[in-house]
Amino acid sequence: MIIFLNEKPIAIDDKLTLFQLRDRFKPTADILVRNGFPASNDVVVEEADHITLIRRGEKPPAEELEALMIARHTPGVHKKLKASCVGIAGVGGLGSAIAVALGRIGVGRLILVDYDVVEPSNLNRQQFFIDQIGEPKTEAMKANLKRINPFVEVESHQVFVTPENIPDLFDQADVLAEAFDGADQKAMLIEEFLSRFPKIPLVAASGIAGYAPSNTITTRHATKNLYLVGDGKTAARPGEGLMAPRVGIAAHHQANAIIRLLLGEKPE
Amino acid sequence: MQIVLNGQSKEIAEALTLEGLLKSLELETAHVAVELNKEIVTKTTFSSTSLKTGDEVEVVHFVGGG
Repeated sequence: MIIFLNEKPIAIDDKLTLFQLRDRFKPTADILVRNGFPASNDVVVEEADHITLIRRGEKPPAEELEALMIARHTPGVHKKLKASCVGIAGVGGLGSAIAVALGRIGVGRLILVDYDVVEPSNLNRQQFFIDQIGEPKTEAMKANLKRINPFVEVESHQVFVTPENIPDLFDQADVLAEAFDGADQKAMLIEEFLSRFPKIPLVAASGIAGYAPSNTITTRHATKNLYLVGDGKTAARPGEGLMAPRVGIAAHHQANAIIRLLLGEKPE
Repeated sequence: MQIVLNGQSKEIAEALTLEGLLKSLELETAHVAVELNKEIVTKTTFSSTSLKTGDEVEVVHFVGGG
């Protein structure tokens, strides 16, 4: 029968067990992942199983890296995400965390758009580093994603998003994440994008400042192809800043809504 | 006359425009995205779009932060 060992199809005898497979192909492996989940007990390997054999702490050769990295991606899910493209409008508190989450889970292509550079006051919540201060956010995130998952294709544009450039920037996206800071920019993007691309889902955020209870952040279906994350009312203002935990919760609501849409499931 | 605003019935003045509706709701035009009968309406036409009985209006209001 055929199974996938480190994502390569191989023929093995029926009734072979996981531990026998390890002993035959990589006796030093101490992490055995079967169909996206680490196995602790020996089991009989079944037809079409995805098995990955990893030695803890060992840096794999480049040609094996992707197979080992995707071992924890649920088979079937990863294939769809790998073939997908997500646009991220704004690479700040929301957008940087969305990019990292989607990069880690292996979305095939990300389009990052932001006009700004990394500055010290971003580091309270945004996924950048001190040595990146002054770099364009799009380039800094491209570099970070390369260190996290080099198998994601990242397209970056350091431009200010306007009604005129929205079609060119995002026409390849299967889903768009709205991750701007300003309320007027958020409204502009939704209006322009949904009127030009009514069939492409858009996941936006509003009401994410402060440290109000986590469960006040929700994902809701606002209209046809618009999904809204946040509490809908907590604006960033003097005395109520943007903070890593709550912005992160909202960003991950968005990222999860996006992958649900890519997998054909309802986000809310 | 009656319209449906964000899924709920609402009584408004005859021939009220979208701009007038937003004003009565005390919402900043620049911070909203509006759908009228399932179609996105662009801001430039808010003042020339008069509402009719039974219109379904979705107003999505954004606050800053990201």
